[in-house]
Amino acid sequence: MSINQSGWRPEMSAANDGGSAPTFTGNKALMLEEPLLFEIGGDRTGVDLAEPPKVASRLGGLERNRPIGLPGLTEPETVRHYTRLSRQNYAIDLGLFPLGSCTMKHNPRLNEKIARLPGFADIHPLQPQDTVQGAYALIHLVGEWLVKLTGMKAVAMSPKAGAHGELCGLLAIRSALEARGDARRVILVPESAHGTNPATAAFCGYAVEDIPATAEGRVDLEALKARLGPDVAGVMITNPNTCGLFERDMIAICEAVHAAGGLVYCDGANFNAIVGRVRPGDLGIDAMHINLHKTFSTPHGGGGPGAGPVVFSEALAPFAPLPFVEKQDGQYLLVEEENAEEHHASTFGRMVAFHGQMGMFTRAASYMLSHGADGLRQVAEDAVLNANYVLRSLDDVLDAPFGPSGPCMHEALFSDEGLAEGFTTLDIAKGLIDEGYHPMTMYFPLVVHGSMLIEPTETESKAALDQFIGALRSLAEKAKAGDPALKAAPIHAPRRRLDETLAARKPVLVYKDPPVAEAAE
Amino acid sequence: MRYLPLTDADRSAMLATIGAASIDDLFADVPAAARLDGPVRGLPDHASELSVERQLKQLAGMNLVAGDGPFFLGAGAYRHHIPASVDHLIQRGEFLTSYTPYQPEIAQGTLQVLFEFQTQVARLFGCDVANASMYDGSTACWEAIGMARRITRRSKAILSAGLHPHYVSVARTMAKFTGDTLDTALPSLTPGAPGDDMARLLSAIDGETSCVVVQNPNILGHVADLSELAAAAHAKGALLIVVVTEPVALGAIRSPGEMGADIVVGEGQSLGVGLQFGGPYVGLFATRDKYVRQMPGRLCGETVDAAGQRGFVLTLSTREQHIRREKATSNICTNSGLCALAFTIHMSLLGERGLRELATLNHATAVTAADRLGKVPGVEVVNGAFFNEFVVKLPTASRDVVRTLAHDGILAGVSLGRLYPGAAELENGLLVAVTETCTEDDIDELAEALEESLA
Repeated sequence: MSINQSGWRPEMSAANDGGSAPTFTGNKALMLEEPLLFEIGGDRTGVDLAEPPKVASRLGGLERNRPIGLPGLTEPETVRHYTRLSRQNYAIDLGLFPLGSCTMKHNPRLNEKIARLPGFADIHPLQPQDTVQGAYALIHLVGEWLVKLTGMKAVAMSPKAGAHGELCGLLAIRSALEARGDARRVILVPESAHGTNPATAAFCGYAVEDIPATAEGRVDLEALKARLGPDVAGVMITNPNTCGLFERDMIAICEAVHAAGGLVYCDGANFNAIVGRVRPGDLGIDAMHINLHKTFSTPHGGGGPGAGPVVFSEALAPFAPLPFVEKQDGQYLLVEEENAEEHHASTFGRMVAFHGQMGMFTRAASYMLSHGADGLRQVAEDAVLNANYVLRSLDDVLDAPFGPSGPCMHEALFSDEGLAEGFTTLDIAKGLIDEGYHPMTMYFPLVVHGSMLIEPTETESKAALDQFIGALRSLAEKAKAGDPALKAAPIHAPRRRLDETLAARKPVLVYKDPPVAEAAE
Repeated sequence: MRYLPLTDADRSAMLATIGAASIDDLFADVPAAARLDGPVRGLPDHASELSVERQLKQLAGMNLVAGDGPFFLGAGAYRHHIPASVDHLIQRGEFLTSYTPYQPEIAQGTLQVLFEFQTQVARLFGCDVANASMYDGSTACWEAIGMARRITRRSKAILSAGLHPHYVSVARTMAKFTGDTLDTALPSLTPGAPGDDMARLLSAIDGETSCVVVQNPNILGHVADLSELAAAAHAKGALLIVVVTEPVALGAIRSPGEMGADIVVGEGQSLGVGLQFGGPYVGLFATRDKYVRQMPGRLCGETVDAAGQRGFVLTLSTREQHIRREKATSNICTNSGLCALAFTIHMSLLGERGLRELATLNHATAVTAADRLGKVPGVEVVNGAFFNEFVVKLPTASRDVVRTLAHDGILAGVSLGRLYPGAAELENGLLVAVTETCTEDDIDELAEALEESLA
């Protein structure tokens, strides 16, 4: 008697559910266990195909001669397998998802409907240009919004994600410097930067040097100025930064970098906090990527795909990557390798096979038009209001190291200062899981000990925030009092705390079929 | 504004809690010179759902949709039928609107899917391990070249003439900055060429070579046995990187791993993802166990929880940018999660049997089409061995023919003139992809239209 072909069952333990007896299946009412595809699938298929025409094979003797090892499921089994798995995920559709620096906001379903219109979803990137004018028009429309909202001169739509956008911006910077015969070697990166920033600079062939933060959580302008010189290609700076603060000295920073012959890259991951209220171009930056999923609500999908268009200042616009869309005499035109010279002689090249994330552009366009210029301004205001509300509602029970530094922008930052001996940010995070929330971002940014970075976003109601604040307050009190029950959290999730050390020490990255003898037992 | 739940009363109450007089107080750190006093000029105000739908439908309506007529485009993006349950399942909010599974206790759904995905990709490619996906095939290919540089400590990559020209472009862009040297060449329309440039590759490998990058089936649709190439690369201490842009082919032909590949990268768009005008797609990346710590991208691994139950977590993150900063294996901090999910679901529906049947159907339909087009006067099929894509040589520039046929609603294929601008020898080549979505009538229509336009 077994619940599946291989006889796999979850290993049960009395400790799993507060001592209650394990069930036969491993399921607990609506909390469902689901074996791996490889344990339940077999020589079945959920796809009925037409009979192939009778022809002689022309595979040149390369016919596959051994099994691949891909188990199949029929359609009802497939639907059930993935539906059951879906129920082991937290998602923004279920509740508040306060991941600072990651920005989880409501995903309007209109966006999904638009992205699936056959006129956008079922067209090929290499179709003749006059058969896809509407698609180019859409890419152009999104690009035009980004340029206007940021006050910049040009946009590259093709980068596939935020970090890919960083690469795009730095390649443009390096190209522009080389075009003027200036082979600078160093990129300065503030301590509080996303880890992708130094990695990107290194990939573009630069040496990376840190710039410290001030005690109030901003870039140390004097330290930055002291380091500038003829070897510095530029600065990568996140604004609003990862402490949730606006870089007050941004204009002075840009002026100093420019005066020293360098260029400024801004990580625009947090543009959602200032859209419609501040145009980064007015601050003096030269390039900035925009994570469309964060500011313009394309879904995260369990970790991607993203889209990272990059906006450029006048200095960098000529170096934008191929391909890009131009409007000429009422027609849209794709500029690629063959016509690059007549349109854009100094491009640094191509970053990706096709035009970028069309499916994300359609969603972003739907969101931009729905909100309009007025609505997007309200988005930033409500996002900032919600973050400050969380900050001020909790700063009596949790340490807010930069609380005195002025209002926060899109996210509120707390530290683990004042928790009982042995109690950590991790315990509070796991406690939040039992309260039915996804935890905040933990241990980032590194400039604060035991960081808890909370970004509520603009799509949360006051009632939702009040309940979350209440839950976090109660957990903070438990952690300060040293309540041992908190160390056991989560106890109500599909899994208890997972052993990440074991996973890294003995990596098991693919499923291996059990040895035949064992399976026969 | 239907997506914003705060009321004006809420806003006032919240400002009072914060101790701010107005919302402007919260933006006090923005320098006065950079403050906007109202919405950005030149952009419209908010619009109703109905109005947005109308505006965007109008743009969608301007495009010639692949499903509306005979369609034969490929070159790294293929039109396959996607079972309805794939799109239904990826639209479940728990998948669609979840984040990177950093909190594994409440992300087992996504994590188990990634573990299944990694296993499917590794088995399909004939490799030990695979990662949780990359942006797309072209960027995965560049990352593979970087990985070979780290493993061999050499920086000369030899690229097959049969590698997708856009993939070559991406590698060339990045090599300008990383200092790799790339040995490249143009493909040729030699009839019956088995692997197009096998001889060139074999003779180019030397003691400085980090890797040989070869695509199978290649950009012209040729399929080739790469075993000899793998042995030659290994003999000189170089790695063999195999690129697969049409994973359905692996239901019919031997896997790159079986032929000796060290790293296999691919574009997974064919399974579950759809054309989408070029993206988002899903990059596939697999390798040998011994190279796993040099592999870029996200990885999911199996472990146990505090109660001893099997579970999954993201792992080996010490390779990654958030830990290693400038010493990371890549700056990538994402994957194509939702596309990987679609790939996995489609693959589960197919199973071994379905994938083989789908591959057989693709190949047989393509052979039928090649035979039919080869009978059109003046048209010559270039390929000997191929899977579902082949090149026909026309007596005239293929771009003009493609344009003419598109006006009649027939999307005939990808002109090699577009892929290789300025290469006179390739101008007359037309790359034709034939999948299970092409009917006999579609093929007849293409053949007749070709005959007419060449007459």
